[in-house]
Amino acid sequence: MAAWGRSNRQSADEAKERLKLVLIHDRTDLSEDELSIMKNELLAVISRHVEIDPEMVKISMSHDGREQKLTADIPLKTARRRKIG
Amino acid sequence: MAASVVTITSGKGGVGKTTTSANLAVALAEDGFKVVCIDGDIGLRNLDVVLGLENRIVYDLVDVVENRCRIRQAMIRDKRLEELYLIPAAQTRDKSAISPSDMVRVCDELRNEVDYIIIDSPAGIERGFRNTIAPADLILVVTNPEVSAVRDADRIIGLVEAEEKGPAKLIINRVNPGLTKRGDMLTPEDVVELLAIELIGVIPDDENVVISTNRGQPIALDPKSKTGQAFKNISKRIQGQSVPFMQLDEKGDFLAKVAGLFRQGGD
Ligand SMILES: Nc1ncnc2c1ncn2[C@@H]1O[C@H](COP(=O)(O)OP(=O)(O)OP(=O)(O)O)[C@@H](O)[C@H]1O
Ligand SMILES: [Mg+2]
Repeated sequence: MAAWGRSNRQSADEAKERLKLVLIHDRTDLSEDELSIMKNELLAVISRHVEIDPEMVKISMSHDGREQKLTADIPLKTARRRKIG
Repeated sequence: MAASVVTITSGKGGVGKTTTSANLAVALAEDGFKVVCIDGDIGLRNLDVVLGLENRIVYDLVDVVENRCRIRQAMIRDKRLEELYLIPAAQTRDKSAISPSDMVRVCDELRNEVDYIIIDSPAGIERGFRNTIAPADLILVVTNPEVSAVRDADRIIGLVEAEEKGPAKLIINRVNPGLTKRGDMLTPEDVVELLAIELIGVIPDDENVVISTNRGQPIALDPKSKTGQAFKNISKRIQGQSVPFMQLDEKGDFLAKVAGLFRQGGD
């Protein structure tokens, strides 16, 4: 596709998607990089206590009105029981 | 009756604050209210030319604050509407000539004299912005349906909240129904969803705004103009009336949907 060609997506949709992300970071003062560092630190702490699959973890920003929320979805590995003690 | 102080602000410059201030002041005065508008853009005076009152300035806001004249002497009476006045900005000074408490004092002095005080803010988040929001009872944030204006509006809305002056209400100016329909401009609904504040007005992009500004005749004075009507609707909503959002595009229906959104979100 040519650099200046029209993409399939309408430009307003692109504007909206880009703005969504920008506003989250503006409101929380957290960059994409910082968010990923935080995610790794969180995973490290959690893995010390329970077994998790880092691939399955979803940590994301969402919002409720103008309030920002950090949402973490962290499935625990329960199939193999952790050894006690 | 004690006046309401309504401040018109934005993050990004040039989105239509001064145009909106002039037209809201005209619309409120047409409804029979006594209205004073204050140009808060010290050093970049503009509300006078947009209202067509530039030839009659003797004293300005800084003269009032520095006690060189009484408030009454700085209030220029409009030629067209009996109950409309302008207190112009100083042109040769800068924002630091006035403090937030000066603005509060000036507005308090006017509160028992008039029904509405409309304050036009300068662009940005500096001193001038803090001056104009300090006395506000209601803050209207003007934006355009494009990325940088929306982003900057979000910042201002956050600052208004932080100053405990919220919730601000939103005016989306310069909506182009053709572009919107084609999917090449954020819809009013998109902007409301992104900014998550209550919408109080949608103004079309209209070359007649430029023409009327050239003449110093705000478009709200033109009884046939749809854009003028859009400003009058905001004035009614400020008065507490519930006015549906008008259809700006004969064929388009996106504004009808916004009306639904407003009713849901409204109080
Ligand atoms: N709805 C509209 N349709 C067409 N042109 C418009 C509309 N609203 C504003 N304009 C034009 O956009 C320009 C900027 O408007 P205005 O001066 O009101 O913006 P502002 O936010 O006060 O700018 P500043 O930040 O410099 O104070 C002006 O030329 C004005 O005539
Ligand atoms: Mg202006």
